[in-house]
Amino acid sequence: MNRAKALAGAAFAAPAFALMLALLIGPLLVLLVLSVTDYRLGALAVRFVGLGHYAALFEDAVFRRALQNTFLYVAFVLPGAVFGGLGIALLVHARTRTRSFYEIVYFLPVTSTLVAMATVWQFMLHPSLGPVSAAFAALGFAGIDLLNDPRLALGTIALIGLWQQIGFNMVLFLAGLSAIPRDLYEAAALDGAGGGADRFLRVTWPLLGPTTMFVTITSTIAAFKVFDTVAVLTKGGPLGSTETLLYVLYLEGFQYFRTGYAAAMTIVLLAFLIILSIIQARVIDRRVHYA
Amino acid sequence: MRRRGLLSALLSHAVLLAGAVLMAAPFLWMLLTSIRPPEEVFGAVFNLVPTRFAGIENYGAALSQSNLPRAMLNGAIVCLGILAVQLLFAIPAAYALAKLRFRGREWLFGLVLFGLCVPIQVPALPLYLGLAQAGLLDSFFALMAPFALTVFGMFLFRQFFRSYPDEVLDAARLDGMGEFEIVWRLATPAALPAIAAFSIFSIVAHWNDLYWPLIVVTSSGRSVPPLAMLAFRDTETGGNYGALMAAAALTTAPLIIGFFAARRAFLRGITMTGPR
Repeated sequence: MNRAKALAGAAFAAPAFALMLALLIGPLLVLLVLSVTDYRLGALAVRFVGLGHYAALFEDAVFRRALQNTFLYVAFVLPGAVFGGLGIALLVHARTRTRSFYEIVYFLPVTSTLVAMATVWQFMLHPSLGPVSAAFAALGFAGIDLLNDPRLALGTIALIGLWQQIGFNMVLFLAGLSAIPRDLYEAAALDGAGGGADRFLRVTWPLLGPTTMFVTITSTIAAFKVFDTVAVLTKGGPLGSTETLLYVLYLEGFQYFRTGYAAAMTIVLLAFLIILSIIQARVIDRRVHYA
Repeated sequence: MRRRGLLSALLSHAVLLAGAVLMAAPFLWMLLTSIRPPEEVFGAVFNLVPTRFAGIENYGAALSQSNLPRAMLNGAIVCLGILAVQLLFAIPAAYALAKLRFRGREWLFGLVLFGLCVPIQVPALPLYLGLAQAGLLDSFFALMAPFALTVFGMFLFRQFFRSYPDEVLDAARLDGMGEFEIVWRLATPAALPAIAAFSIFSIVAHWNDLYWPLIVVTSSGRSVPPLAMLAFRDTETGGNYGALMAAAALTTAPLIIGFFAARRAFLRGITMTGPR
């Protein structure tokens, strides 16, 4: 019986394992090899360049700017995505009859196609036809072009990112809030925690801690991978002010076909993602202990 | 006390409504513009609700001048194809990881955990080279192949199968059921809630995906909705915004309709999976 089970297990796992070799492990090994060569798509001769690409990456002004823009983008989106998501969740959680209405509206951007909605945003921000510019003009800020001003473009992209992400976090926080037992609030009230702020600081916030950590990490990873809005709205411009990691990687690998260089860039990207994932795994472990 | 409760309820509604207006504004603007005639889009006089209904000409233009009908059909084929293959591979593997002892099980599970932090952008370059080498770029195969493996699905289904009672499995075995039969006739029906949530997650992710199609698709015959949307915007230099917004509405409509039809399942499917 056990032998039969072991045989069946191996047989069931083998196809998935084969896919893993072909689509994950194999490509990663190829990537590592490519990253130490000067291979370009279609090239006949390939030279070994050692760690040259990695050294060049950190000298490369475009890559450094992309790295800086990506971190800035994360820094713009993160506070709003976490605290905004928490705030909305707290308010929505207290509602009874209108709760699902708010849930739907705030979650709508998460389910919609970002490429399509980015096009809508572009139209809304159109300097002469868009309602946003008209509103700005009415407030006395005429002639503001949010997507074509190098000082404003990254912030604008970040606001659209926040618009898209916040409902996702709201739902995670709502789940966290429903998991807090009612009697804890009653116990806190007996202990003298009367006001809403008091209850929040003594019960809600500590018990939501694991959820907050989880939301922070997932939001960071999501923001780190910003691509669609940049590709649709700015293509990295104006003046490179919205060039982000994935967008530069896409250009190097699939527009300029500097394959070896792009491979090294991918490895650096993967390193960042692995670090974030390790932090995330630790957070999830903690979450299990709390729950 | 009651007065204070009423006041705070009013205040919270005010904040929530203001936020809701901001969240919904692009959707409203998209729908209103999609039925607005051109003279009102460019006109000096602004009416929030169009005075003349131009929905038929705008949606007609979006459907006839863009590649959207073809792309939406392709998108449906790609999404359903990916999902079918994912389930076919992931379910037995997840069952084996959860319930069967075999050599290399811990290794495989370790690889699954590792795979969870690797997005498509990482293997994209070698996969592209391989597909180019094989002459398979710009094909349905190229659009679907990288996603046949879903470490996320394997992880999710494994967690689900682990809580499935062993006694039921042993009883089935005593009745002479083979492991193959157990997977597809016993474990899979029991896992339907997880499968439904995963299906929504997978379809949403691949309907919306821009990065991979942007890389492998070159012809309009293999276009998918995000690509068709982009192409339509880029050719609309004349600025037929009514038609452009109609195209945006059509692109995102299947998911939004799905969300309205199965809200709970959508919320579960998208959030339990994390943003990948």
